[in-house]
Amino acid sequence: MITEPDAAAPGRARARQIVLRSPGGALSLRLPARALLVGAVLLLAAAAIAVVNLSSGDFPIPVGDVLRSLVGQGDPGTDFIVHELRLPRALVALLVGAALGASGAVFQGLTRNPLGSPDFVGLTVGAATGALVVILLLDGSGGQVAAGAIAGCVLTSIAIYLLAFRGGTQPFRLILMGVGVSALLEAVNSYLIVKGRLDEALAAQVWLIGSLSGRGWTEVTIVALTLAALLPVVLHYGRHLNMLALGDDTATLHGVRVERSRAVLALASVGLAAGATAAAGPIAFVALAAPQLAARLTRSPGPGILPAAAMGAALLSGSDWAAQRVLPDNDIPAGVVTAAIGGLYLTWLLAREWRRGR
Amino acid sequence: MRARLRAENLTLAYDRRVVARNLGVEIADGSFTVIVGPNACGKSTLLKSLARVLKPQAGTVYLDGAAIASLPSRQVAKQLGMLPQSPVVPAGIAVEDLVARGRFAHQRLLRQWSADDAAAVREAMAVTEVSELADRFVDELSGGQRQRVWLAVALAQQTPILLLDEPTTFLDLAHQFEVLDLCAELHEQGRTVVAVLHDLNQACRYATDLVVMRCGEIVAQGAPAAVMTAELVEHVFGVASQVMTDPQTGTPMVVPADRHRRRTARTAPVPAQPAAR
Repeated sequence: MITEPDAAAPGRARARQIVLRSPGGALSLRLPARALLVGAVLLLAAAAIAVVNLSSGDFPIPVGDVLRSLVGQGDPGTDFIVHELRLPRALVALLVGAALGASGAVFQGLTRNPLGSPDFVGLTVGAATGALVVILLLDGSGGQVAAGAIAGCVLTSIAIYLLAFRGGTQPFRLILMGVGVSALLEAVNSYLIVKGRLDEALAAQVWLIGSLSGRGWTEVTIVALTLAALLPVVLHYGRHLNMLALGDDTATLHGVRVERSRAVLALASVGLAAGATAAAGPIAFVALAAPQLAARLTRSPGPGILPAAAMGAALLSGSDWAAQRVLPDNDIPAGVVTAAIGGLYLTWLLAREWRRGR
Repeated sequence: MRARLRAENLTLAYDRRVVARNLGVEIADGSFTVIVGPNACGKSTLLKSLARVLKPQAGTVYLDGAAIASLPSRQVAKQLGMLPQSPVVPAGIAVEDLVARGRFAHQRLLRQWSADDAAAVREAMAVTEVSELADRFVDELSGGQRQRVWLAVALAQQTPILLLDEPTTFLDLAHQFEVLDLCAELHEQGRTVVAVLHDLNQACRYATDLVVMRCGEIVAQGAPAAVMTAELVEHVFGVASQVMTDPQTGTPMVVPADRHRRRTARTAPVPAQPAAR
């Protein structure tokens, strides 16, 4: 491989690209330098937060011991706490955050709107409905709840798509329809809880807030498989996403099969959100904010998928740390923390968009 | 006449509003075809259907003898490019990054930026004179600069057939002629160029082939000298005029009649105009 700077514009400040080419020129990669750097820094930050989460708890373990245990050189007592009690939760936080960040980046790219995120258009509410039906009506638990959440998420997305579809989907219409469906399903969720038995309703309510406590290897497997299956798909279609950002007509002119690319991206994005919600419940705000925050840091026009995923992982891990530590005696659900930060963020975002719109 | 790009029996419509019926056209290979006609006569609509951006309700557009809708989209994108009229500009994208996206059809997952890609982008930006804008944000540019950037995007695609929907809008006189000269050069290099223009005199100067449209129909097609007459201008635009010889180029030049004479011409029985747009 030979490396060459972007020949067309040496030393430019914006969106510098690293170009890698094989000697024959048959293979070439073009990587946005800043996005790579930001992604790497965010991943490191997420990993560092995860290690802090592993070391802290009712029984504090020095970071050095945690790292030794992670590479398989810890003593049995530490190993038990780290591997069995804390690692699944830390991994769920990282992976769910990454899945939500990637899902949000794709959604916002497709809708060309910072509000176009799976939690805002009702996919997570739909997942909750699915989970509640399993918990309250079918007396299910564990993996069944997760399956219910995925089914709810997918059915909701299909419903929104069909409702918003009229000779080609318009992004804004999709979002408005999503907000409407979301409100409807919220009502259904409330009804299900009010009608449920008290103990079941309580379990349902805990699930509804979105928490990472008590997550085990089952949940880790769910998100890990989701990511392994769908992240390559959205990354492959990431270049299509860039073209779709130029509008359907221009994308078509340049050889993108618009409807197909959009369908693949939307399905993969829904899948990522569904897998994440199935594992951790409806975690608010991460899918909404991670892509936007990452885009600010990378200074790139569209939400980059990998930086958004890394940002999501860091955000959720950080939120989980705050959820465990801010109130010393209370392990509050991470969903409460993300929702609290998310409310502030959303207010700021809407105020800014409103000012810009005037 | 060989025509790689042609259309037969097109019915063109937006939802239910039909713009044209039974429309057929052949774009001669190596021609510089200019489509003219009054506002809303279907010029842009025809161009969009030729570029497969607008699906005809009936009829077929053919590229190299095959229905264009049946060909792989990427394969078409290597043969046929188009400058659309008002494309979407994503916020915060730099000029060079936008032009680079014009290479999409030539790229693969593991061939993201070949030497050809870099050269094509560099050349497209040079001939449209946007090289010095490379680092600027597209949404901060003037209308004229933006138009030239989008032209660079279409040129970076390096297609033998290039369609341009009103390439001179937003441009001052100097830049209008620069863009038209550029089109003429592309045409001389062997490309087939199809442009929608409003200025009849520019159309006559640059076109090898003139397509005159009115109310969704092609009323005349041929060399400007053979086609452009005062009767045609009267019939198509409802404007009385005199057609002279352009002293610079020898091509037809349309000089609209004086205001008072034009008014009498208008009040005189104008060829019946259907109410539909």
